[in-house]
Amino acid sequence: MKKQMIFSEFFRNNGLLMGSLLIGLVGFWVVILVILPQLSMLDYSFRYNLPPAELGGPKDVYTLHNYKHLLYGAEGSEGTYNTVDLMVFVRTIIAAILVTIANILMCYPLAYYLGQSKGSGFVRLLVVLLIIPYWINEILRAFALKIIFGDSGLINEVLMLMHLTSEPIDFIRQDIALYAGLGYAYILLMLFPMYNVIESLDRNQIEAARDMGASWARIHRRIVIPHAKPGIASGATMVFMLSAGALAAPQVLGGPSSLWFTQLVYQWFNDSLNWQQGAAYAMVLLVSTILIVLTLMRVFKVNMGDIGK
Amino acid sequence: MSSGVAVDLENVWIKFGDFVAVREANVSINGGDFFSFLGPSGCGKTTILRAVSGFLEPSDGRVLIGGNDMSGIGPNKRPTALIFQNLALFPLMKVWENIAFSMEVTGASAGERRKRADELLDMIALDGQGDKLPSELSGGQKQRVAIARALCANPDVLLLDEPLSALDLKLRQHMRTELREIQQRVGITFIYITHDQGEALTMSDNVAVMKAGVIDQIDTGHNIYDHPSTPFVASFVGENNVFRGKVKSVNGNEALISTNRSGDLLAQITPTQVGKLGIGDDAMMFIRPEALELGGANPEQKSTISANVINEEFEGNSFSVFLEGDGGKSIKMSVPNLGQDHISARGENLSLHYDASNAVVMPAGELASE
Repeated sequence: MKKQMIFSEFFRNNGLLMGSLLIGLVGFWVVILVILPQLSMLDYSFRYNLPPAELGGPKDVYTLHNYKHLLYGAEGSEGTYNTVDLMVFVRTIIAAILVTIANILMCYPLAYYLGQSKGSGFVRLLVVLLIIPYWINEILRAFALKIIFGDSGLINEVLMLMHLTSEPIDFIRQDIALYAGLGYAYILLMLFPMYNVIESLDRNQIEAARDMGASWARIHRRIVIPHAKPGIASGATMVFMLSAGALAAPQVLGGPSSLWFTQLVYQWFNDSLNWQQGAAYAMVLLVSTILIVLTLMRVFKVNMGDIGK
Repeated sequence: MSSGVAVDLENVWIKFGDFVAVREANVSINGGDFFSFLGPSGCGKTTILRAVSGFLEPSDGRVLIGGNDMSGIGPNKRPTALIFQNLALFPLMKVWENIAFSMEVTGASAGERRKRADELLDMIALDGQGDKLPSELSGGQKQRVAIARALCANPDVLLLDEPLSALDLKLRQHMRTELREIQQRVGITFIYITHDQGEALTMSDNVAVMKAGVIDQIDTGHNIYDHPSTPFVASFVGENNVFRGKVKSVNGNEALISTNRSGDLLAQITPTQVGKLGIGDDAMMFIRPEALELGGANPEQKSTISANVINEEFEGNSFSVFLEGDGGKSIKMSVPNLGQDHISARGENLSLHYDASNAVVMPAGELASE
């Protein structure tokens, strides 16, 4: 009953033509562009990588082989775990979580400042200055960072000029460039949801708390952060998902010894031409990140609806 | 009668850049008084309140609370509590947490806070509602929670910034009585900001009427209504008929004003302006609609106005009769409804009478805009 009412109201508000168009477009996006490709990837992940001649033949059956490979490595090495790939997986997840936390810590003060200074001209200029670098392609930005962090890059030059170091620091090998790149890549996706919710906070609430003697720390802990929680959750979800699934920054900025899990997926698809194996790896990453997000949302008592705010 | 704390503004100026929001305010508020600042929006009354609460510092002059200079003391350190126009309850905290927030700040245990919150909830007749969220309360209940939250810290002075403006008429009138009762019960000084003269007159011991950053008059509500000191106060507080003219003669505290349309009219010079009106000066005379009466057509009395009726409106408890007055402005007369069908006919010439002691005259000046 209730669902019917929502639908009839939706059509009453938008008209039959516009309503159908909206539903049609959203449906096309969700079904054709998201669900169906993912379902086909899911299907791939449970199949053997067979030469074209054998497709549809007796060997073309469903299998867990691809998933076992992630856990135990290539066939014949039963009993021992595939530590190399599993370590890459764990490292990717942990690093993505750390990148997300770093983004929250960096964006909160900025979002608070932007959100509470009520759209003055200077603030609008700041926001534009934040957006403009994102007009530049992601790979280009990654290469720019690589240059800055390089042996004779800006940072090393400055450090050596100030005699803080005698030899250039290898930021690439130490993964500092990678984390900086990942932290930078999606920071706006953290900043804007936070900025939006903090902007909607009634300034009188902050003044009321101050009037009652609350310190700045308490005002943030009791008033601002609880209010900003949906925005923080929304930003954190996006940054975590995208960092865990990032490819450009790890490809360009990753050290020779460090691999990002997406690079393994990429290798399976592109170098080994084993789409089935790649699909299985990608599925594991997708499901794990979703589970982590859902768990954290439960821990921090955030509803799915809040994120859409 | 009470042990409230006095608040004094000494020569307070507040400027924002070139804009002067408050000009030379000198106010002394007795301890335990219900004191209102009344004025149209933008007159600087909220700015004064913010200077008392500590959210802004005067550009010049001093704010004293209980005789202590408050310069450099922040809002969190002053013995004041502010109730915001939109109440600013914390929407994500329960009602009792809202009320006891000031105790949370001082590190009181949850048990103590709950106990105090329940006492205050009792006082505002909301016992048992402590576990609700503010959004689950009605407008009037939220209002009372905001008062309880402000009182929780035992402030010496409670500052209220138009807290009733969001309520509907009935509730607003009810809350006036309730606020006054609460003030008398707790005995602390209340400073109330409003643009609603009804609120100011019914609740306050004293009222300051403000216009464009300047305080025009500070007095009891009664005196402000009956003896306004400036044309602005006369026209802003309550309804008034204004007659412009020149002073013809002055006799003690009475003056005869010659008007264009209504001839010579007699009125009392408002107390603060006695001696400041000379023959030939531009003057303004004010008569309240309820001070005008029908009949008594004796031109010799110099307190008779003759005019044609424009129209008549039925107000329930009274009739409002509008007559042709000076310079396109109508004269309004209020006649109590005692069961009459109507008072006048359109176009009819009426003779109105008033008691000269109910008419005030003062040097001409700026009127409140309508």
